Amino acid sequence: MSSGTTTKIPQAAAEPPAGPATPKKRAPQGHRRLLTRRDRITLGLMAGVPTVLHVTLVWVTALASIALAFTSWDGIGFGSITWVGLDNFKQLFSDNPQFWPAVQHNVIWFVVLILIPTPFGLFLAVQLDKRIRFSRVYQTAFFLPVVVSLAVTGFVWQLVYNPDTGLINSLVGANEPGHYIDWIGDPDLNLWAVLVAASWRHAGYMMILYLAGLKSVDPALREASALDGANEWQTFRNVVFPTLRPTNTVVLVVTIIEALRAFDLVFVFNKGAQGTELLSILVTNNIIGESSRIGYGSAIAVVLLVISLAVIVPYLIATFRKERRA
Amino acid sequence: MSATLAAKQRTPVRPARVLLHTFLVVTSLAWLAPLLWALYAALRPYAETSEKGYVSWPDKLSLDNFTDAFQQSDMLHYFGNTLLIAVPAVLVTLFLSSCVAFYVSRFDFRVNLFLLLVFTAGNLLPQQVIITPLYRLYLLVDLPGITVSGKLYDSALGLVLIHVAFQSGFCAFVLSNYMRSLPHELTEAALVDGASVWRLYWQIVLPLCKPAMAALATLLSIWIYNDFFWAIVLISTGDNMPITSALNNLSGQYFTDPNLVAAGALLTAIPTLIVYFALQRQFVSGLTLGANKG
Repeated sequence: MSSGTTTKIPQAAAEPPAGPATPKKRAPQGHRRLLTRRDRITLGLMAGVPTVLHVTLVWVTALASIALAFTSWDGIGFGSITWVGLDNFKQLFSDNPQFWPAVQHNVIWFVVLILIPTPFGLFLAVQLDKRIRFSRVYQTAFFLPVVVSLAVTGFVWQLVYNPDTGLINSLVGANEPGHYIDWIGDPDLNLWAVLVAASWRHAGYMMILYLAGLKSVDPALREASALDGANEWQTFRNVVFPTLRPTNTVVLVVTIIEALRAFDLVFVFNKGAQGTELLSILVTNNIIGESSRIGYGSAIAVVLLVISLAVIVPYLIATFRKERRA
Repeated sequence: MSATLAAKQRTPVRPARVLLHTFLVVTSLAWLAPLLWALYAALRPYAETSEKGYVSWPDKLSLDNFTDAFQQSDMLHYFGNTLLIAVPAVLVTLFLSSCVAFYVSRFDFRVNLFLLLVFTAGNLLPQQVIITPLYRLYLLVDLPGITVSGKLYDSALGLVLIHVAFQSGFCAFVLSNYMRSLPHELTEAALVDGASVWRLYWQIVLPLCKPAMAALATLLSIWIYNDFFWAIVLISTGDNMPITSALNNLSGQYFTDPNLVAAGALLTAIPTLIVYFALQRQFVSGLTLGANKG
């Protein structure tokens, strides 16, 4: 999958005719002639060292995950690695009682994030972009959950959700034995409880991304639309929102990736027990848990990889094509 | 611009503004509520809350929970661990990614686009995709005498390496965009005058990248400080854990009352809050530079 991408991109990049780029291209050609042998070595090291580190730890391991997904391995010595073909995937798709719920939860995670905190973050950004007083104070309040780690967020929200002593149950009088609302333990409730905390954080994150995007909206456009007699909503819908397209793409990609990466919050909350299973948690449990089923864990990782590449690849192609043309 | 201002003065915006501020004050407070609630719990003694319940007026507010949490959990030690990981990781990431960005953005080599693509895509992968082989690799690499564990596994060095490898993807992307916006004449003239490539990078390009570097340093410190996942998987000795993941162990090991946990969690959050408040101005602009972070 990934090798397919790597070969596709340079071809796509080489496509645009050299017409408008010629004057720009000629200069670096001269550049190259000016480089001494030593310069070439320096440049080689400057690009080479980080690339080797990045490729070894990120891409080689990602490829190794794919290879391991087709094997069975208990992790003790390389001799015990055996090729099992598609067995891990077959088992995963048919036998594992946690797999489909995990996939489903990852999907729910994305749908909730994109439908609730994302538009809300956009709304906040639009309000805060109006050059109002105390803008920075409000901005800080909404962004604070992003600064605080997800692990800490998990602890803080446990204080809110705790059946005995938590804020919600104390307020609604559900903290007496027999009347408990078990936000953390109830498999019908806990995913939603965690998602409230996740949304709490995500809205602030999206707000900052949109604030950054709104800064690049040309003020002249807004003026023109105001002069044409458009009201605030019309201006936003027809003028501001369309110019936010690049930000929207980033927001979409970030949200999907966040939904696939979701881990810390759930791990602190209840270790991904009943009701909150996620693909990331299943992978982790298969390698740091007692049952070291590496091939099986890798198969789950490969599912995660395929889903993420389906998002990453089109995004990168679009981004880099534009860049090449510019 | 003046037209907008004139238009604003003409239309009566006051009631709308009041409404907006009311809305923002209420939602901000709602947003801060969980953190304020944690603070309130942390300020009260356990004995009092267990007797009167958490939703009650306080008889006594004190910082005792904070001092207790700090001492009982040996927090200083874990802050030290984090410092040992985060400081080198942030510095090395910035250095290496600026090198790649310089190579990619100031010269027209054929591999440039491909290289940048490899870095950017790598940063977008979920960590769990690479963790299994990485974990095995870390167990395999013997480093007797270099790390305390004798391996890459369970060592600060191992965490620094993966942070650098992973985050340099994002930083290389942002910095290369930034460097591309610098005028070409700058480096061309220096090159014609016979300056070496290293001098070009170190004395001309890098100083101009200060704003971008500052923004990235802020973001990186927050991300790396807050890392939970790599540490949970790649560190096995509780003693070697950085503060965020240590908190997870500590809450089970030492803390039996939620007030202490709240205090501990809030203490853990302080360093990133300081970084954020100190460099707040760079934040939005930092994200404007290239906000593709997952």
